[in-house]
Amino acid sequence: MQIAQHWIDIAYLIAAALFILGIKGLSKPKTAVRGNLLAATGMGIAAVVTLLHHDIVSYEVIIAGLIVGAVIGAILAIRVQMTSMPQLIALLNGFGGGASFALAAAEYFKGVDSTVAMAASGAAVLIGAVTLTGSFVAFAKLQELIGGQPKGFPGMKLVNLVLLVFSLGAIGYMTWTGQPNDTLFWAVVAAAALLGIMLVMPIGGADMPVVIALLNSYSGLAASAAGFVMGNSALIITGSLVGASGLILTQIMCKAMNRSLTNVLFGVMAEAGEAMDADEVYKGKIKSSSADEVAMILETAQRVVIVPGFGLAMAQAQHAVRDLADTLEARGTVVEYAIHPVAGRMPGHMNVLLAEAEVSYDKLKDMDTINPTFEQTDVAIVIGANDVTNPLAREDKSSPIYGMPILNVDKARTVVVVKRSLSPGFAGLPNPLFAKDNTLMLFGDGKQAIIDTTNALKEG
Amino acid sequence: MDFVAQLTLFVLAIFLGFELITKVPPTLHTPLMSGSNAISGITLVGALLAAGHGGSTLISVLGFVAVVLATINVIGGFMVTNRMLAMFKRK
Repeated sequence: MQIAQHWIDIAYLIAAALFILGIKGLSKPKTAVRGNLLAATGMGIAAVVTLLHHDIVSYEVIIAGLIVGAVIGAILAIRVQMTSMPQLIALLNGFGGGASFALAAAEYFKGVDSTVAMAASGAAVLIGAVTLTGSFVAFAKLQELIGGQPKGFPGMKLVNLVLLVFSLGAIGYMTWTGQPNDTLFWAVVAAAALLGIMLVMPIGGADMPVVIALLNSYSGLAASAAGFVMGNSALIITGSLVGASGLILTQIMCKAMNRSLTNVLFGVMAEAGEAMDADEVYKGKIKSSSADEVAMILETAQRVVIVPGFGLAMAQAQHAVRDLADTLEARGTVVEYAIHPVAGRMPGHMNVLLAEAEVSYDKLKDMDTINPTFEQTDVAIVIGANDVTNPLAREDKSSPIYGMPILNVDKARTVVVVKRSLSPGFAGLPNPLFAKDNTLMLFGDGKQAIIDTTNALKEG
Repeated sequence: MDFVAQLTLFVLAIFLGFELITKVPPTLHTPLMSGSNAISGITLVGALLAAGHGGSTLISVLGFVAVVLATINVIGGFMVTNRMLAMFKRK
Protein backbone atom coordinates (compact mmCIF):
# COMPACT_ATOMS: atom_id res chain seq x y z
CA MET A 1 0.00 0.00 0.00
CA GLN A 2 1.24 3.46 -0.79
CA ILE A 3 -0.15 6.82 0.17
CA ALA A 4 0.22 10.32 -1.19
CA GLN A 5 3.05 12.53 0.04
CA HIS A 6 0.77 15.11 1.64
CA TRP A 7 -0.81 12.48 3.92
CA ILE A 8 2.66 11.49 5.04
CA ASP A 9 3.49 15.12 5.75
CA ILE A 10 0.30 15.53 7.78
CA ALA A 11 1.21 12.45 9.79
CA TYR A 12 4.63 14.00 10.48
CA LEU A 13 2.89 17.15 11.68
CA ILE A 14 0.79 15.08 14.09
CA ALA A 15 3.93 13.34 15.31
CA ALA A 16 5.67 16.70 15.91
CA ALA A 17 2.63 17.96 17.84
CA LEU A 18 2.68 14.83 20.00
CA PHE A 19 6.40 15.35 20.72
CA ILE A 20 5.68 18.90 21.86
CA LEU A 21 2.82 17.72 24.10
CA GLY A 22 5.14 15.00 25.37
CA ILE A 23 7.83 17.46 26.44
CA LYS A 24 5.13 19.68 27.96
CA GLY A 25 4.08 16.68 30.06
CA LEU A 26 7.60 16.56 31.49
CA SER A 27 7.00 19.87 33.29
CA LYS A 28 5.39 17.95 36.19
CA PRO A 29 6.25 14.52 37.60
CA LYS A 30 2.52 13.76 37.68
CA THR A 31 1.98 14.20 33.94
CA ALA A 32 5.43 13.02 32.84
CA VAL A 33 4.63 9.34 32.26
CA ARG A 34 1.70 10.26 30.04
CA GLY A 35 3.87 12.78 28.20
CA ASN A 36 6.41 10.10 27.42
CA LEU A 37 3.67 7.82 26.09
CA LEU A 38 2.31 10.63 23.88
CA ALA A 39 5.77 11.18 22.41
CA ALA A 40 6.20 7.43 21.83
CA THR A 41 2.83 7.36 20.06
CA GLY A 42 3.99 10.20 17.83
CA MET A 43 7.10 8.22 16.95
CA GLY A 44 5.01 5.14 16.15
CA ILE A 45 2.79 7.14 13.78
CA ALA A 46 5.77 8.73 12.01
CA ALA A 47 7.52 5.38 11.54
CA VAL A 48 4.48 3.45 10.29
CA VAL A 49 3.49 6.16 7.81
CA THR A 50 7.05 6.34 6.47
CA LEU A 51 6.93 2.62 5.67
CA LEU A 52 4.09 3.42 3.24
CA HIS A 53 6.21 5.90 1.32
CA HIS A 54 6.50 5.19 -2.42
CA ASP A 55 10.30 5.55 -2.30
CA ILE A 56 10.59 2.38 -0.28
CA VAL A 57 11.00 -0.54 -2.62
CA SER A 58 12.58 -3.21 -0.45
CA TYR A 59 11.88 -4.11 3.17
CA GLU A 60 14.58 -6.68 3.97
CA VAL A 61 17.19 -4.20 5.18
CA ILE A 62 14.57 -2.20 7.07
CA ILE A 63 13.16 -5.18 8.94
CA ALA A 64 16.62 -6.47 9.83
CA GLY A 65 17.64 -3.03 11.11
CA LEU A 66 14.46 -2.57 13.14
CA ILE A 67 14.83 -5.95 14.83
CA VAL A 68 18.51 -5.51 15.69
CA GLY A 69 17.95 -1.95 16.98
CA ALA A 70 14.84 -2.83 19.00
CA VAL A 71 16.53 -5.78 20.70
CA ILE A 72 19.65 -3.77 21.63
CA GLY A 73 17.57 -0.78 22.77
CA ALA A 74 15.25 -2.88 24.92
CA ILE A 75 18.13 -4.76 26.56
CA LEU A 76 19.93 -1.50 27.37
CA ALA A 77 16.79 0.09 28.80
CA ILE A 78 15.81 -2.90 30.97
CA ARG A 79 19.23 -3.83 32.29
CA VAL A 80 20.82 -0.46 33.04
CA GLN A 81 21.27 0.38 36.71
CA MET A 82 20.17 3.81 37.87
CA THR A 83 23.73 4.58 39.02
CA SER A 84 24.92 3.94 35.43
CA MET A 85 22.34 6.22 33.83
CA PRO A 86 24.93 8.84 32.77
CA GLN A 87 26.72 6.16 30.72
CA LEU A 88 23.49 5.14 29.01
CA ILE A 89 22.61 8.75 28.17
CA ALA A 90 26.11 9.22 26.75
CA LEU A 91 25.67 6.10 24.59
CA LEU A 92 22.24 7.18 23.37
CA ASN A 93 23.60 10.64 22.48
CA GLY A 94 26.31 8.89 20.47
CA PHE A 95 23.87 6.59 18.66
CA GLY A 96 21.69 9.60 17.83
CA GLY A 97 24.67 11.39 16.32
CA GLY A 98 25.69 8.20 14.52
CA ALA A 99 22.23 7.74 13.02
CA SER A 100 22.23 11.30 11.64
CA PHE A 101 25.74 10.79 10.32
CA ALA A 102 24.87 7.51 8.55
CA LEU A 103 21.67 9.00 7.19
CA ALA A 104 23.37 12.10 5.81
CA ALA A 105 26.13 9.94 4.27
CA ALA A 106 23.51 7.73 2.59
CA GLU A 107 21.83 10.85 1.18
CA TYR A 108 25.17 12.15 -0.03
CA PHE A 109 25.88 8.94 -1.95
CA LYS A 110 22.37 8.89 -3.39
CA GLY A 111 23.35 12.19 -4.94
CA VAL A 112 22.69 15.64 -3.55
CA ASP A 113 21.11 17.92 -6.11
CA SER A 114 21.04 21.31 -4.43
CA THR A 115 23.36 23.70 -2.65
CA VAL A 116 21.29 23.44 0.53
CA ALA A 117 21.34 19.63 0.48
CA MET A 118 25.13 19.57 -0.03
CA ALA A 119 25.83 22.04 2.77
CA ALA A 120 23.32 20.37 5.10
CA SER A 121 24.64 16.85 4.49
CA GLY A 122 28.13 18.16 5.24
CA ALA A 123 26.88 19.73 8.47
CA ALA A 124 25.00 16.57 9.50
CA VAL A 125 28.06 14.40 8.81
CA LEU A 126 30.33 16.77 10.73
CA ILE A 127 28.09 17.23 13.80
CA GLY A 128 26.94 13.61 13.71
CA ALA A 129 30.46 12.16 13.65
CA VAL A 130 31.69 14.52 16.39
CA THR A 131 28.72 13.52 18.54
CA LEU A 132 29.31 9.81 17.86
CA THR A 133 32.99 9.63 18.82
CA GLY A 134 32.77 12.35 21.51
CA SER A 135 29.95 10.48 23.25
CA PHE A 136 31.90 7.23 23.16
CA VAL A 137 34.84 8.93 24.89
CA ALA A 138 32.40 10.36 27.47
CA PHE A 139 30.97 6.86 27.93
CA ALA A 140 34.44 5.35 28.36
CA LYS A 141 35.29 7.96 31.01
CA LEU A 142 32.04 7.46 32.91
CA GLN A 143 32.33 3.66 32.74
CA GLU A 144 35.95 4.07 33.88
CA LEU A 145 37.29 2.21 30.88
CA ILE A 146 39.71 5.12 30.67
CA GLY A 147 40.69 7.48 33.48
CA GLY A 148 38.34 10.34 34.25
CA GLN A 149 41.10 12.92 34.56
CA PRO A 150 41.72 15.39 31.74
CA LYS A 151 44.04 14.10 29.01
CA GLY A 152 45.79 16.08 26.36
CA PHE A 153 49.03 17.19 24.77
CA PRO A 154 50.53 20.60 24.03
CA GLY A 155 49.07 22.05 20.87
CA MET A 156 45.89 19.98 21.12
CA LYS A 157 43.70 23.04 20.71
CA LEU A 158 45.59 24.01 17.57
CA VAL A 159 45.11 20.52 16.09
CA ASN A 160 41.40 20.72 16.92
CA LEU A 161 41.17 24.10 15.24
CA VAL A 162 42.91 22.75 12.13
CA LEU A 163 40.53 19.77 11.97
CA LEU A 164 37.50 22.04 12.32
CA VAL A 165 38.71 24.58 9.75
CA PHE A 166 39.59 21.77 7.32
CA SER A 167 36.15 20.16 7.69
CA LEU A 168 34.28 23.43 7.24
CA GLY A 169 36.53 24.36 4.32
CA ALA A 170 36.00 21.03 2.57
CA ILE A 171 32.23 21.21 3.01
CA GLY A 172 32.28 24.82 1.86
CA TYR A 173 34.33 23.92 -1.21
CA MET A 174 31.99 21.09 -2.25
CA THR A 175 28.99 23.34 -1.69
CA TRP A 176 30.49 26.28 -3.58
CA THR A 177 31.62 24.30 -6.61
CA GLY A 178 28.58 22.02 -6.56
CA GLN A 179 31.01 19.13 -7.15
CA PRO A 180 30.69 16.29 -4.64
CA ASN A 181 34.10 14.72 -4.06
CA ASP A 182 34.09 11.31 -2.36
CA THR A 183 37.72 11.46 -1.18
CA LEU A 184 37.13 14.85 0.38
CA PHE A 185 33.89 13.58 1.92
CA TRP A 186 35.62 10.68 3.68
CA ALA A 187 38.38 13.02 4.80
CA VAL A 188 35.73 15.18 6.50
CA VAL A 189 34.31 12.07 8.17
CA ALA A 190 37.74 11.12 9.51
CA ALA A 191 38.53 14.66 10.67
CA ALA A 192 35.17 14.97 12.44
CA ALA A 193 35.56 11.59 14.15
CA LEU A 194 39.01 12.58 15.40
CA LEU A 195 37.74 15.98 16.50
CA GLY A 196 35.01 14.37 18.61
CA ILE A 197 37.59 12.27 20.47
CA MET A 198 39.97 15.18 21.02
CA LEU A 199 37.24 17.54 22.22
CA VAL A 200 36.11 15.26 25.06
CA MET A 201 39.49 13.79 26.08
CA PRO A 202 40.68 16.91 27.97
CA ILE A 203 37.45 17.24 29.96
CA GLY A 204 37.50 16.02 33.56
CA GLY A 205 34.98 13.92 35.47
CA ALA A 206 33.18 16.69 37.32
CA ASP A 207 32.61 18.59 34.08
CA MET A 208 30.78 15.60 32.59
CA PRO A 209 27.29 17.06 33.22
CA VAL A 210 28.15 19.91 30.84
CA VAL A 211 29.58 17.62 28.18
CA ILE A 212 26.66 15.21 28.26
CA ALA A 213 24.17 18.07 27.98
CA LEU A 214 26.16 19.58 25.12
CA LEU A 215 26.41 16.28 23.21
CA ASN A 216 22.66 15.87 23.74
CA SER A 217 22.23 19.22 22.01
CA TYR A 218 24.57 18.20 19.16
CA SER A 219 22.63 14.99 18.55
CA GLY A 220 19.52 17.13 18.05
CA LEU A 221 21.26 19.60 15.76
CA ALA A 222 22.64 16.74 13.66
CA ALA A 223 19.11 15.36 13.23
CA SER A 224 17.92 18.81 12.24
CA ALA A 225 20.68 19.13 9.65
CA ALA A 226 19.73 15.72 8.26
CA GLY A 227 16.19 17.10 7.97
CA PHE A 228 17.47 19.95 5.77
CA VAL A 229 19.14 17.37 3.49
CA MET A 230 15.94 15.40 3.00
CA GLY A 231 13.55 18.35 3.13
CA ASN A 232 11.79 16.54 5.98
CA SER A 233 9.86 18.79 8.36
CA ALA A 234 9.57 16.17 11.11
CA LEU A 235 13.35 15.92 11.41
CA ILE A 236 13.89 19.68 11.30
CA ILE A 237 11.34 20.46 14.03
CA THR A 238 12.24 17.59 16.33
CA GLY A 239 15.98 18.05 15.89
CA SER A 240 15.82 21.71 16.83
CA LEU A 241 13.62 20.96 19.87
CA VAL A 242 16.25 18.54 21.13
CA GLY A 243 19.04 20.94 20.21
CA ALA A 244 17.39 23.68 22.26
CA SER A 245 16.82 21.30 25.16
CA GLY A 246 20.48 20.29 25.33
CA LEU A 247 21.60 23.91 25.06
CA ILE A 248 19.43 24.98 28.00
CA LEU A 249 20.74 22.14 30.16
CA THR A 250 24.31 23.04 29.16
CA GLN A 251 23.66 26.62 30.21
CA ILE A 252 22.17 25.56 33.57
CA MET A 253 25.16 23.30 34.29
CA CYS A 254 27.70 25.99 33.41
CA LYS A 255 25.92 28.53 35.60
CA ALA A 256 25.88 26.07 38.49
CA MET A 257 29.66 25.77 38.26
CA ASN A 258 30.22 29.47 37.62
CA ARG A 259 32.22 28.57 34.53
CA SER A 260 31.79 29.61 30.94
CA LEU A 261 31.21 27.00 28.28
CA THR A 262 34.56 27.86 26.65
CA ASN A 263 36.33 27.24 29.97
CA VAL A 264 34.76 23.81 30.31
CA LEU A 265 35.41 22.85 26.70
CA PHE A 266 39.04 23.90 26.78
CA GLY A 267 39.64 22.45 30.22
CA VAL A 268 40.56 25.77 31.80
CA MET A 269 40.23 26.06 35.55
CA ALA A 270 40.38 29.56 37.00
CA GLU A 271 43.85 30.54 38.13
CA ALA A 272 44.42 29.78 41.77
CA GLY A 273 45.61 32.74 43.84
CA GLU A 274 48.08 31.08 46.16
CA ALA A 275 48.06 27.35 46.65
CA MET A 276 46.23 26.48 49.84
CA ASP A 277 47.92 24.05 52.12
CA ALA A 278 45.51 21.31 53.13
CA ASP A 279 47.43 20.62 56.35
CA GLU A 280 47.15 24.23 57.40
CA VAL A 281 43.39 24.19 56.87
CA TYR A 282 42.77 20.88 58.60
CA LYS A 283 45.47 20.58 61.27
CA GLY A 284 44.10 20.02 64.74
CA LYS A 285 40.62 21.11 63.68
CA ILE A 286 39.17 17.89 62.31
CA LYS A 287 36.73 16.13 64.61
CA SER A 288 36.37 12.50 63.70
CA SER A 289 33.07 11.08 64.86
CA SER A 290 31.35 7.71 65.15
CA ALA A 291 28.01 6.34 64.05
CA ASP A 292 26.86 6.26 67.69
CA GLU A 293 27.71 9.90 68.25
CA VAL A 294 25.96 10.98 65.05
CA ALA A 295 22.91 8.93 66.03
CA MET A 296 22.83 10.71 69.39
CA ILE A 297 22.78 14.12 67.73
CA LEU A 298 20.11 12.98 65.29
CA GLU A 299 17.94 11.78 68.17
CA THR A 300 17.17 15.32 69.23
CA ALA A 301 17.12 16.88 65.75
CA GLN A 302 13.89 18.37 64.50
CA ARG A 303 15.03 19.14 60.98
CA VAL A 304 17.63 17.19 58.98
CA VAL A 305 18.83 17.97 55.45
CA ILE A 306 20.66 15.31 53.44
CA VAL A 307 23.14 16.56 50.81
CA PRO A 308 24.02 13.86 48.26
CA GLY A 309 26.87 13.99 45.73
CA PHE A 310 28.55 11.67 43.25
CA GLY A 311 29.95 9.63 46.16
CA LEU A 312 26.40 8.51 46.94
CA ALA A 313 26.18 6.92 43.50
CA MET A 314 29.66 5.39 43.83
CA ALA A 315 28.75 3.80 47.18
CA GLN A 316 25.27 2.77 45.94
CA ALA A 317 24.04 4.28 49.19
CA GLN A 318 20.66 5.61 48.03
CA HIS A 319 18.62 2.84 49.72
CA ALA A 320 20.61 3.13 52.96
CA VAL A 321 19.95 6.88 52.98
CA ARG A 322 16.23 6.33 52.48
CA ASP A 323 16.22 3.90 55.46
CA LEU A 324 17.90 6.51 57.63
CA ALA A 325 15.36 9.13 56.53
CA ASP A 326 12.46 6.74 57.22
CA THR A 327 13.81 6.03 60.71
CA LEU A 328 14.16 9.76 61.40
CA GLU A 329 10.70 10.54 60.08
CA ALA A 330 9.18 7.80 62.22
CA ARG A 331 10.57 9.73 65.20
CA GLY A 332 8.95 12.93 64.00
CA THR A 333 12.01 14.55 62.43
CA VAL A 334 11.53 16.51 59.20
CA VAL A 335 13.90 15.26 56.48
CA GLU A 336 14.61 16.99 53.18
CA TYR A 337 17.22 16.57 50.45
CA ALA A 338 19.35 19.38 49.02
CA ILE A 339 20.26 18.80 45.38
CA HIS A 340 22.96 20.92 43.76
CA PRO A 341 22.47 21.24 39.97
CA VAL A 342 25.84 19.63 39.22
CA ALA A 343 25.74 16.93 41.91
CA GLY A 344 26.55 13.67 40.16
CA ARG A 345 27.62 13.14 36.58
CA MET A 346 24.64 14.49 34.64
CA PRO A 347 21.71 16.86 35.13
CA GLY A 348 19.20 15.29 37.53
CA HIS A 349 21.44 12.31 38.41
CA MET A 350 20.77 12.46 42.18
CA ASN A 351 17.03 12.87 41.70
CA VAL A 352 16.81 9.66 39.69
CA LEU A 353 18.88 7.72 42.24
CA LEU A 354 16.73 8.90 45.13
CA ALA A 355 13.54 8.30 43.16
CA GLU A 356 14.76 4.73 42.66
CA ALA A 357 15.07 4.41 46.43
CA GLU A 358 11.43 5.57 46.60
CA VAL A 359 12.13 8.96 48.10
CA SER A 360 9.10 11.16 47.49
CA TYR A 361 10.02 13.75 44.84
CA ASP A 362 8.58 16.70 46.78
CA LYS A 363 11.34 16.22 49.37
CA LEU A 364 14.04 16.80 46.75
CA LYS A 365 14.75 20.53 46.96
CA ASP A 366 16.84 22.54 44.53
CA MET A 367 19.59 24.86 45.68
CA ASP A 368 17.65 28.13 45.71
CA THR A 369 14.80 26.61 47.71
CA ILE A 370 16.87 24.84 50.35
CA ASN A 371 19.64 27.38 50.95
CA PRO A 372 17.61 29.82 53.09
CA THR A 373 16.50 26.92 55.33
CA PHE A 374 19.95 25.73 56.49
CA GLU A 375 19.94 28.21 59.39
CA GLN A 376 16.88 26.45 60.79
CA THR A 377 18.39 23.02 60.18
CA ASP A 378 19.66 21.01 63.14
CA VAL A 379 21.77 18.54 61.21
CA ALA A 380 23.02 18.61 57.60
CA ILE A 381 24.36 15.24 56.44
CA VAL A 382 26.74 15.54 53.48
CA ILE A 383 27.25 12.23 51.65
CA GLY A 384 29.82 12.04 48.86
CA ALA A 385 29.60 15.74 48.02
CA ASN A 386 32.60 18.07 48.34
CA ASP A 387 33.16 21.06 46.09
CA VAL A 388 29.48 22.04 46.02
CA THR A 389 29.61 22.59 49.80
CA ASN A 390 32.97 24.42 49.91
CA PRO A 391 32.56 27.79 51.68
CA LEU A 392 35.64 29.13 49.82
CA ALA A 393 33.32 29.63 46.86
CA ARG A 394 31.43 32.17 48.97
CA GLU A 395 34.19 33.71 51.07
CA ASP A 396 37.60 33.60 49.42
CA LYS A 397 37.91 35.94 46.45
CA SER A 398 41.26 34.46 45.46
CA SER A 399 39.88 30.93 45.29
CA PRO A 400 39.51 29.34 41.84
CA ILE A 401 35.96 28.35 42.69
CA TYR A 402 35.00 31.79 44.03
CA GLY A 403 31.52 32.71 42.81
CA MET A 404 30.31 29.18 42.23
CA PRO A 405 26.89 28.84 43.84
CA ILE A 406 27.10 26.35 46.72
CA LEU A 407 24.83 24.69 49.22
CA ASN A 408 25.24 26.63 52.48
CA VAL A 409 25.46 23.52 54.66
CA ASP A 410 27.89 25.24 57.06
CA LYS A 411 24.97 27.37 58.31
CA ALA A 412 23.31 24.31 59.82
CA ARG A 413 23.69 23.84 63.57
CA THR A 414 25.67 20.61 63.07
CA VAL A 415 27.18 19.31 59.85
CA VAL A 416 28.00 15.61 59.46
CA VAL A 417 30.29 14.83 56.51
CA VAL A 418 30.38 11.19 55.45
CA LYS A 419 33.58 10.66 53.47
CA ARG A 420 36.35 8.12 53.01
CA SER A 421 39.19 10.53 53.70
CA LEU A 422 40.08 14.20 53.57
CA SER A 423 41.00 13.94 49.89
CA PRO A 424 40.02 16.96 47.81
CA GLY A 425 37.20 16.99 45.26
CA PHE A 426 37.57 17.63 41.56
CA ALA A 427 38.64 21.25 42.08
CA GLY A 428 41.66 19.95 44.02
CA LEU A 429 41.03 22.31 46.92
CA PRO A 430 40.88 21.70 50.66
CA ASN A 431 37.39 22.24 52.04
CA PRO A 432 37.36 24.48 55.18
CA LEU A 433 33.88 23.10 55.90
CA PHE A 434 35.54 19.94 57.27
CA ALA A 435 37.47 22.02 59.82
CA LYS A 436 34.56 24.11 61.12
CA ASP A 437 33.59 23.96 64.78
CA ASN A 438 30.15 22.62 63.97
CA THR A 439 31.38 19.91 61.59
CA LEU A 440 31.81 16.23 62.45
CA MET A 441 33.60 13.90 60.05
CA LEU A 442 32.23 10.38 59.79
CA PHE A 443 35.00 8.55 57.94
CA GLY A 444 34.28 5.35 56.05
CA ASP A 445 32.30 3.81 53.21
CA GLY A 446 29.20 5.94 52.65
CA LYS A 447 26.75 3.08 52.61
CA GLN A 448 28.14 1.31 55.70
CA ALA A 449 28.42 4.56 57.68
CA ILE A 450 24.78 5.37 57.02
CA ILE A 451 23.61 1.84 57.85
CA ASP A 452 25.58 1.94 61.14
CA THR A 453 24.07 5.30 62.03
CA THR A 454 20.55 4.05 61.29
CA ASN A 455 21.08 0.96 63.45
CA ALA A 456 22.48 3.06 66.31
CA LEU A 457 19.49 5.36 66.03
CA LYS A 458 17.06 2.43 66.17
CA GLU A 459 18.79 0.92 69.21
CA GLY A 460 19.21 4.24 71.01
CA MET B 1 10.18 22.36 0.58
CA ASP B 2 12.27 25.43 -0.12
CA PHE B 3 15.15 26.53 2.04
CA VAL B 4 13.47 29.56 3.59
CA ALA B 5 10.47 27.46 4.68
CA GLN B 6 12.87 24.95 6.25
CA LEU B 7 14.81 27.67 7.99
CA THR B 8 11.55 29.16 9.31
CA LEU B 9 10.58 25.82 10.85
CA PHE B 10 14.07 25.43 12.34
CA VAL B 11 14.14 28.86 13.99
CA LEU B 12 10.56 28.72 15.29
CA ALA B 13 11.11 25.24 16.70
CA ILE B 14 14.19 26.44 18.60
CA PHE B 15 12.18 29.24 20.20
CA LEU B 16 9.43 26.76 21.06
CA GLY B 17 12.05 24.41 22.50
CA PHE B 18 13.41 27.12 24.79
CA GLU B 19 9.91 27.94 26.06
CA LEU B 20 9.05 24.28 26.66
CA ILE B 21 12.29 23.14 28.25
CA THR B 22 12.69 26.03 30.71
CA LYS B 23 9.47 24.77 32.34
CA VAL B 24 10.92 21.32 33.04
CA PRO B 25 11.91 21.15 36.75
CA PRO B 26 15.51 20.10 37.65
CA THR B 27 14.24 16.92 39.26
CA LEU B 28 13.20 15.65 35.80
CA HIS B 29 16.33 16.68 33.92
CA THR B 30 17.63 13.13 33.48
CA PRO B 31 14.33 11.79 32.08
CA LEU B 32 14.24 14.92 29.90
CA MET B 33 17.61 13.94 28.41
CA SER B 34 16.66 10.32 27.79
CA GLY B 35 13.26 11.42 26.46
CA SER B 36 14.81 13.92 24.08
CA ASN B 37 17.22 11.19 22.99
CA ALA B 38 14.19 9.08 22.16
CA ILE B 39 12.49 11.75 20.09
CA SER B 40 15.72 12.66 18.30
CA GLY B 41 15.42 9.06 17.09
CA ILE B 42 13.01 10.66 14.57
CA THR B 43 15.98 10.24 12.23
CA LEU B 44 14.43 6.78 11.94
CA VAL B 45 12.00 8.09 9.31
CA GLY B 46 14.90 9.31 7.17
CA ALA B 47 16.80 6.11 7.86
CA LEU B 48 13.85 3.98 6.71
CA LEU B 49 13.73 5.88 3.42
CA ALA B 50 17.48 5.45 2.92
CA ALA B 51 17.46 1.74 3.82
CA GLY B 52 14.48 0.89 1.64
CA HIS B 53 15.69 2.88 -1.33
CA GLY B 54 17.15 -0.18 -3.04
CA GLY B 55 20.27 1.75 -4.11
CA SER B 56 23.91 0.68 -4.07
CA THR B 57 25.36 -1.60 -1.41
CA LEU B 58 27.05 1.37 0.28
CA ILE B 59 23.74 3.22 0.55
CA SER B 60 21.99 0.11 1.89
CA VAL B 61 24.72 -0.45 4.48
CA LEU B 62 24.59 3.18 5.63
CA GLY B 63 20.79 2.95 5.68
CA PHE B 64 20.93 -0.23 7.75
CA VAL B 65 23.34 1.37 10.25
CA ALA B 66 21.10 4.44 10.48
CA VAL B 67 17.99 2.28 11.08
CA VAL B 68 19.73 0.24 13.80
CA LEU B 69 21.10 3.28 15.65
CA ALA B 70 17.89 5.30 15.40
CA THR B 71 15.83 2.31 16.58
CA ILE B 72 18.11 1.84 19.60
CA ASN B 73 17.48 5.50 20.43
CA VAL B 74 13.73 5.24 19.99
CA ILE B 75 13.13 1.94 21.80
CA GLY B 76 15.88 2.35 24.40
CA GLY B 77 15.08 6.02 24.98
CA PHE B 78 11.33 5.68 25.48
CA MET B 79 11.63 2.52 27.58
CA VAL B 80 14.26 3.85 29.95
CA THR B 81 12.44 7.18 30.29
CA ASN B 82 9.27 5.31 31.17
CA ARG B 83 11.19 3.21 33.69
CA MET B 84 12.62 6.28 35.38
CA LEU B 85 9.42 8.31 35.38
CA ALA B 86 7.50 5.45 36.95
CA MET B 87 9.82 5.78 39.98
CA PHE B 88 8.98 9.45 40.61
CA LYS B 89 6.23 9.23 43.19
CA ARG B 90 4.88 11.42 45.94
CA LYS B 91 4.04 9.80 49.22
